[in-house]
Amino acid sequence: MTRRVVGPFNRVEGDLEISLDVSDGYVTAAYVNAPMYRGFEQMLLDKVPADALVLVPRICGICSVAQSAAAARALASACGAEPPPNGRLAANLTQAAENAADHLTHFYLFFMPDFANAAYRDRPWYEAIANRFRAIHGTAAAEVLAGRAAFMRVMGLLAGKWPHTLSLQPGGSSRPLQASEKIRLFRTLREFREFLERVVYGDTLENIASLATCDELAAWAEAHADRADFARFVRIAADLRLHELGRNQTVMMSAGAYQQEAGMLFARGVWSGQEEPLDPATIKEDIRFSHYGGDARARSPEEGETLPQMGKEGAYSWCKAPRLGGRVAETGALARQVIARHPLARDLVSRDGGNVTARVVARLLELARLVPAMESWTQQLRPGEPYHIPPPPMPDSADTFGLIEAARGTLGHWMSIRRGRLRNYQIIAPTTWNFSPRDANGTPGAVEQALVGTPAHDTEGGIAPAVYHVVRSFDPCMVCTVH
Amino acid sequence: MNVLWLQSGGCGGCTLSWIGSEIGPLVRTLADENIRLLWHPSLSQATGDEAVAIWDDCAQGRVPLDVLCLEGAVLRGPNGTGRFHVVAGTDTSMMEWVRRLAPRARHVVAVGTCATYGGVTSAGANVTDACGLQYDGTVPGGLLGVDFRSGSGLPVINIAGCPTHPDWITETLIALAREQLTAGDLDERGRPRFYADHLVHHGCRRNEYYEYKASAEQPGDQGCMMEHMGCKGTQAHADCNLRPWNGGGSCLTGGYPCIRCTEPGFEEPGHPFATTPKLAGIPVGLPSDMPKAWFVALAALAKSATPARVRENARADHPVRFYGKRRDPSKS
Repeated sequence: MTRRVVGPFNRVEGDLEISLDVSDGYVTAAYVNAPMYRGFEQMLLDKVPADALVLVPRICGICSVAQSAAAARALASACGAEPPPNGRLAANLTQAAENAADHLTHFYLFFMPDFANAAYRDRPWYEAIANRFRAIHGTAAAEVLAGRAAFMRVMGLLAGKWPHTLSLQPGGSSRPLQASEKIRLFRTLREFREFLERVVYGDTLENIASLATCDELAAWAEAHADRADFARFVRIAADLRLHELGRNQTVMMSAGAYQQEAGMLFARGVWSGQEEPLDPATIKEDIRFSHYGGDARARSPEEGETLPQMGKEGAYSWCKAPRLGGRVAETGALARQVIARHPLARDLVSRDGGNVTARVVARLLELARLVPAMESWTQQLRPGEPYHIPPPPMPDSADTFGLIEAARGTLGHWMSIRRGRLRNYQIIAPTTWNFSPRDANGTPGAVEQALVGTPAHDTEGGIAPAVYHVVRSFDPCMVCTVH
Repeated sequence: MNVLWLQSGGCGGCTLSWIGSEIGPLVRTLADENIRLLWHPSLSQATGDEAVAIWDDCAQGRVPLDVLCLEGAVLRGPNGTGRFHVVAGTDTSMMEWVRRLAPRARHVVAVGTCATYGGVTSAGANVTDACGLQYDGTVPGGLLGVDFRSGSGLPVINIAGCPTHPDWITETLIALAREQLTAGDLDERGRPRFYADHLVHHGCRRNEYYEYKASAEQPGDQGCMMEHMGCKGTQAHADCNLRPWNGGGSCLTGGYPCIRCTEPGFEEPGHPFATTPKLAGIPVGLPSDMPKAWFVALAALAKSATPARVRENARADHPVRFYGKRRDPSKS
């Protein structure tokens, strides 16, 4: 057995190191290390609760709105605030804009460039794909950055700017859109739809969203070969059998996303081969292999501690190990679409469990579902009616939490307020779940499990691109993880 | 011009802001201006050993390093070891990597308020002992020291902002590539003057409310946010309302206050961010270049002269009174 250390891992958010035990060319064990500590949970102590809205978005440059939304949700629940319909719609739109942009960024800037890896130079598709997706210099980069920047005008309208807005408040949105701005927002979304349908899908968003099985997806990709980047991925994935890579049999989890007049657009729940309810009270964080001191028992985030301790015996990551009722959970677009009962997502995991192909397809499926929903929410805005209702006063003492879905999965903020100040603040980010280290039972986290069995070397002794596909299929956000 | 971009104690938001550049797709702008990213954590192909080889080539002088960019604060803790950020795959702290690379660089650029002054990463008790490249909060020094000068003779160029506007980065790099950025183009905090000579207040669309001190009281209100909601746009160096964000936004158009994110120490204002601290009903933080008594006198006068239209609109989330004579729509 040999040990390989992989890092720095770029085209992820933040710094990531992975140690691989390799036997006969395959990964037999993986250890995921988040090699930075930033200290937000300590920084927030003794601040007034509302200051969290300024500080927590700055946990993460790529999911700052999600961090805002989780804090706003927790604060709203503490004081009993209820945003008006316009406020709810504006929050949905702002969160959806971030999630849609993140999925697009992940596909083009972070994930696809790995197919320009020279290890694939013998594949028949290599030249065309490398020319299209190579980092920075591929033809897709400039095209997609332009489309993405145009789409981010949604944030200029709804949130002032992105990242790091303060527009999401417990009482609604601080940015009341007027009638002409509503038209501008709608036109921006329609331009984005045109871009997606032309460049990404080569088909209507509705046709993508209605693909119901793996066979339909494969047939669609053949029919749309060379017309769209999504079809290009599906065909490469079939050629490289990416559905057999990064397999993961852990449960999946989603907090549910986008509150609508009746229910959520994407349902809340747990998938373990069957549907289960999500009970946040069963979430605990373990620190056996994390650089933290204090109580060694797994603790509920309500009473979680964050006491950094370098040099702790056996510790290998700044990430804690969250568990759902003791179980490892995978979270993200795939989990969200499976739990939302999308037939294609269900079919993608029915044979192989979570896998590289399924995760990438689920992101692009979700993107195709989000934009029509955003168009509809925009049409429902009623200019002239309130976007924000002044919330009741914040109680002097409260224990509260906000659980939402960020692009990468379930994000929770737990806060304890005493004498009007934050006495404790604990954050469990999506990548904390996916990139968790081992827990006290020695059970590896989701990515650690998914890497086992992956071919480790390319023909020249370098790291096989398969390792990169598995890791990046989870779209890690290490800056969130090392809050 | 060769650029090596590293990230440490921060959120990566300056990069995410940067790739949203609207003066053209970023990668095309850079290519057209002959700016070559040797390596960037979000954008580059090279990963793992290939990436470390690039850093090493720069540190050993085998590849000319024209610009070293750091995004995120330097984490000096614990106990001065820098090991709160050990760069993946190198068993070496980012603090040490920056110390190796900075002396080789023709220019050193700190991107964002974390890298310039410590920023949010240094907030609270600053448990990571975070600092900027040449500042520790308001105190000059930081990691590299007051006397540090890069190969070009310039101090660290501080593109402060949380996050930075995409154009602040792009225009700084283009100026450097053209050899057009001199010491005189930086302000007293090392910031490029092309954006830091302005105040956030300049171009604020709430200007009429400011003139009459007609104030917002709640998020969403249209009035000026200085009196009650913590806005420091009159005291913050940046052109955020002259050079809009994401097609036309800014914090102030978004309905929330300027928190002075381009200034050292903004992360610990000494009061809740979204509440204006007052003494005897008068905001404590007034523009420093006008006599306070005059400000107060003018404010009192302006308040008494405020048109009902301005006063009522200030506390509404959409226009409810209008200038001039209006036909009553019910009598059409």
